[in-house]
Amino acid sequence: MSETPKDPWARFRSATRARIALGRSGDSLPTKALLEFQLAHARARDAVHSAVDFDRLAGDLSPLETIRVHSAASDRPTYLRRPDLGRRLDPAAAAGLPAGEWDLLFVIADGLSAAAVQVNAAPLVHACVARLEHLRVGPVVLAGQARVALGDEVASAMGARLVALLVGERPGLSAADSLGVYLTWDPKPGRADSERNCISNIHAGGLSIQTAADKLCWLATEAARLKLTGVALKEDAPSLAGPDNQKNQLTDRS
Amino acid sequence: MAGYHCDLGRQRHRFDDLKAVMACASPRRSGDELAGIAADSDERRVAARMVLADLPLKAFLNEVLVPYETDEVTRLIIDRHDDKAFRPVAHMTVGQFRDWLLSYQADSATLAALAPGLTPEMVAAVSKLMRNHDLVCVAAKCSVVTRFRTTVGLPGRLSSRLQPNHPTDDPTGIAASTLDGLLYGIGDAVIGINPATDNVPACIALLEMLDAVRTRFDIPVQSCVLAHVTTTMQAMERGAPVDLVFQSIAGTEKANRGFGVTLSLLAEAQEAAKALKRGTIGDNVMYFETGQGSALSADAHFGVDQQTVETRAYAVARAFDPLLVNTVVGFIGPEYLYDAKQITRAGLEDHFCAKLLGVPMGCDACYTNHAEADQDDMDVLMTMLATAGVNFLIAVPGADDVMLNYQSLSYHDVLGLRHLLKRPPAPEFEAWLEKAGWLDEQRRLPPWPDQSLVVSALLGSAA
Repeated sequence: MSETPKDPWARFRSATRARIALGRSGDSLPTKALLEFQLAHARARDAVHSAVDFDRLAGDLSPLETIRVHSAASDRPTYLRRPDLGRRLDPAAAAGLPAGEWDLLFVIADGLSAAAVQVNAAPLVHACVARLEHLRVGPVVLAGQARVALGDEVASAMGARLVALLVGERPGLSAADSLGVYLTWDPKPGRADSERNCISNIHAGGLSIQTAADKLCWLATEAARLKLTGVALKEDAPSLAGPDNQKNQLTDRS
Repeated sequence: MAGYHCDLGRQRHRFDDLKAVMACASPRRSGDELAGIAADSDERRVAARMVLADLPLKAFLNEVLVPYETDEVTRLIIDRHDDKAFRPVAHMTVGQFRDWLLSYQADSATLAALAPGLTPEMVAAVSKLMRNHDLVCVAAKCSVVTRFRTTVGLPGRLSSRLQPNHPTDDPTGIAASTLDGLLYGIGDAVIGINPATDNVPACIALLEMLDAVRTRFDIPVQSCVLAHVTTTMQAMERGAPVDLVFQSIAGTEKANRGFGVTLSLLAEAQEAAKALKRGTIGDNVMYFETGQGSALSADAHFGVDQQTVETRAYAVARAFDPLLVNTVVGFIGPEYLYDAKQITRAGLEDHFCAKLLGVPMGCDACYTNHAEADQDDMDVLMTMLATAGVNFLIAVPGADDVMLNYQSLSYHDVLGLRHLLKRPPAPEFEAWLEKAGWLDEQRRLPPWPDQSLVVSALLGSAA
């Protein structure tokens, strides 16, 4: 018999982030595992309930021009209870949007994670703009209390042919700062999720900014060439398949 | 339509139809508010309950909430209603029905015989007149027993689903979570994976891996990959070791179409799985998940409150003799169940309603990070559900599902409940634990020593 390794779980731990082999205090969690869980949950909740510092974000995006808008959801409790309001612009904000001839518009929505937007949104936009010199990119729109579909109304009002909506994803315990991107051709209110392409899980422990930018720019270029997004636009690399390919979950992710 | 009303002092509360009475009688929840059908005051909520209490149970056979002509779930409910079984309570109002359900007269055998005579709407109505404790007490009298390789739902037992999800379906990662769970005696209801990618080859690979674990250790369990029913049907055609067919279902034809299923498709899947004859002690081959809010999120609720439309999903479930059904109560999000109070209530309602209808109900006691809930709240819900005799609870390593990004119960939680309430797992599985020498003299499964040979052997041989 070969020598028994010190921790028989060692090779399994590297294969999963799941909280395996936590040990037991009687039938309960040991104190260390209990507090680690509470810390992760606290961070996830803080990410949901804290506000994006949009002034700082605008600074991080400089020299790119920015525009601020707000959804019809007035505050976070309303946003959480009323997804319909988070998908629509506040009427006052809608009136002030400048129209233009844009190939692509970036809209940054706080979504369900302020941390994701604060940390990852500006670097991703800069990385994309550097790769997309052949497209006319409009001013970056910063949207508070916003969900994915809000990008359709913004881009439609501003006359953009393609919108990339960056959104803070619902935090899990293993990542509270994960950013998602939804790309939509010919955006207008009423677009279905099947008409978008999604890149998710963008954060330090997941998809890197540079890889996400490569994927997004490939998709944006193809979308402009084929004049479509959604299920008909398949990325050549199979690695794009993210959690949004789940077909049998009882949940509404947008 | 005459409508309904209730006079309280100088205030007359009017309700246009039965749907409105039902919606207003529901305890407050964000999903009904989102749908614009909730009572706009606490007084109106109680007024609706007073109307409901005086309503004959028979009213639900005469006034359907979703049209018979355009909805196959309504047709299923009405066409399969057993008049003879209904007879003992046919003369009662909803309020009298509540009193009777709580009485000593309504014992386990009586309630089991009554189940085919009840419709989802009757059961949902009476639940709206019950306190949480009433929901526990009545459900505890109901016993719905199903079989495949284990017997699930026997009185005095608590089964569990082992849920070893992984964000990329990595086989070693899934094996790790599976073996970890087995060491806590979890998995006697099913070892069930939510796949990260829903395609046939990926599904078959996971099924073969789970089947290999089961046969290698000779464990009396059933496995399931929770892919779409059409994926599982193709896997069966290609000879994959499918024990159970899984599908998410809801309470209207339109909502089910949103999941890509019809009643005839489910029947076809059930037949295919039964033909494999893989169950050793029974042929309950279906596994369904449901959850309040799914019909509204598919814009397919037809103005029916989310608790009632959820209960209609149980009529779909019971038509296919499932081994397992569970509500994913806190998973669907705070726009449907805002906080722990709403999640707890909904979990108890779902369990009560399903059991009264003769459905083998389990629960994923869970929440997402944008709901106002935490693990303390799950402690309350799981303890109440176990006391109510829930068929099974879902457990994941450390309560943290790293694929679906939400929190459920941990393996520790289910094991602790079993010991606390003296509810062992399914008898076949318990016998396996005993034969393996894992139980102590008090029939508990104690913690493993740090350098346990059993653990090393189990992990070493799972390469």
